[in-house]
Amino acid sequence: MELFEQTIHQLRELLDRGEISAVELTKNILARMDAVEGRITAYITETRDEALAQAARADEMLAAGSGAALTGIPLAIKDVLCTKGVRTTCGSKILESFVPPYDAAVISRIKAEGAVLLGKVSMDEFAMGSSNETCPYCVPHNPWNTAHICGGSSGGSAAAVAAGEAVASLGSDTGGSVRQPASHCGVVGLKPTYGRVSRFGLLAFASSLDQVGPLTRDVRDSALMLNVIAGYDPRDSTSIRQAVPDYTLALRDGLQGVKIGIPSEYFASGLAPEVEEAVNKGIKLLTEAGAEAVEVSLPHTEYGVAAYYIIAPAEASSNLARYDGVKYGYRDMDAESLAEMYMNSRSQGFGPEVKRRILIGTYALSSGYYDAYYKKASQVRTLIMDDYRRAFAECDLLVSPVTPAPAWELGARMDDPLSMYLSDVLTICTNLAGLPGISVPCGFSPAGLPIGFQIQAPHFQEERLFRAAYNLEQRAGVVERRPEIS
Amino acid sequence: MRISHDEIKKTAALARLAMSDEDVSNMAGQLDRILGYIDKLNELDTTGVKPANHAIDIHNALREDEVEPSLTQDEALANAPRQNGEAFVVPKIVG
Repeated sequence: MELFEQTIHQLRELLDRGEISAVELTKNILARMDAVEGRITAYITETRDEALAQAARADEMLAAGSGAALTGIPLAIKDVLCTKGVRTTCGSKILESFVPPYDAAVISRIKAEGAVLLGKVSMDEFAMGSSNETCPYCVPHNPWNTAHICGGSSGGSAAAVAAGEAVASLGSDTGGSVRQPASHCGVVGLKPTYGRVSRFGLLAFASSLDQVGPLTRDVRDSALMLNVIAGYDPRDSTSIRQAVPDYTLALRDGLQGVKIGIPSEYFASGLAPEVEEAVNKGIKLLTEAGAEAVEVSLPHTEYGVAAYYIIAPAEASSNLARYDGVKYGYRDMDAESLAEMYMNSRSQGFGPEVKRRILIGTYALSSGYYDAYYKKASQVRTLIMDDYRRAFAECDLLVSPVTPAPAWELGARMDDPLSMYLSDVLTICTNLAGLPGISVPCGFSPAGLPIGFQIQAPHFQEERLFRAAYNLEQRAGVVERRPEIS
Repeated sequence: MRISHDEIKKTAALARLAMSDEDVSNMAGQLDRILGYIDKLNELDTTGVKPANHAIDIHNALREDEVEPSLTQDEALANAPRQNGEAFVVPKIVG
């Protein structure tokens, strides 16, 4: 297997044994980027020189015996995370020239480990989208079939990892934005419990839902990444003071005594037959590993999308009020008054999907509509959380598909925002309830597109996710498949 | 229509977004469909249900009010579209 196709833990062994250097590994990935980036277009900003300098420092760390889990590992970063001195666009023209003066908490943590940062990867504008097509810089293509979407909003992350243009990536998940592209691109995507990972330096979309998570080639890499990024941070007021276990210890064979809940609502009509088949096979593999399957019900699942498309835009309309052309970001330099400057800077800087969500959010929060929309949606959020509480009294984990269908063709849903929103129906409730969730590859469609398997757990039970996901991965037989990029 | 053209214009003005008449008519159909879908929430009786603003139990996060290192003035101004070395510069506000 080529170096660019290997996992963090495989490369870790090669680096620690001195069989390869971090500079050699980084050059290997850069050469892979030269070979395929023209067809994948995952990167908004490449930082090749910095990456080589970081790799040289990683080699010094390794020589000095001070290496850590990510020392010398080349990673791609979703352009939603602030990187000191490296342009951070959030996939928006409004931040085309924004260069953060500080690192996001998760970036500080991976840098301290000696990780190599290859650059900033594409995303839907302000993480608002499910196909990565709202990015004005580049739209990544699915490495398994370049005529198809790679999913969103962390589409660049998923595409880069699947294509061998990074060993792993950090993304963000507000309604499925790590799990859904991971599913479409055949990689592992983790959304940690709300509060598990610091949001400091993560550009805010919907603050009560946003969470940073890794996209990796296998479950062990996901656990290794969470080991590094999880933990309390006083700079994020929603960060939780709770000890961080060694998540790799959860990867052990067998699921004896584990009850997996199958929520009937996640298998309702509208599921593509190949997805249903692959996921049912995954459930069978988990039971063969010793798990007991039980039927459970999450009756308010079907209201998740409607509640989310009030709550998330409401929070976004408030968060995005900061883009006014004063302190950073795009400004219409010709505006003659302050009001005109605000209006023109925002109107010229934001793209159509962001404007649509700001309008929905502003409308839902405006005088006379607050109770009918925002309060109602927040009450439904309580009902959704209660559903989970009842379900987790009967099982340890919930298993389901990640998306109703494999990746669709580029352009197919761009004229119909509602159909795009509805594609998130199986991932959104996890965020509304703040739960951890993972997408792990479980099969392929007859057309050769990857299909993911979703596992959800109670708050702070990421170890359960990893254990079940690892058992599925060991048995599903797809973890070593890599795309032929055409 | 669930939302009139005038309401869209008023909402856009609140959000400081300029919209042409053509933008408004394009947006009207989309918003109508989206709000129509969201009306689904009204199928549920939520009388007496407490609204959830957070998914986990969060209390006020307090800390001592101590001076700690922060951005320098130059760093804070570095991304400004217009500044004079001391402050952000914007068009004149009062005549």
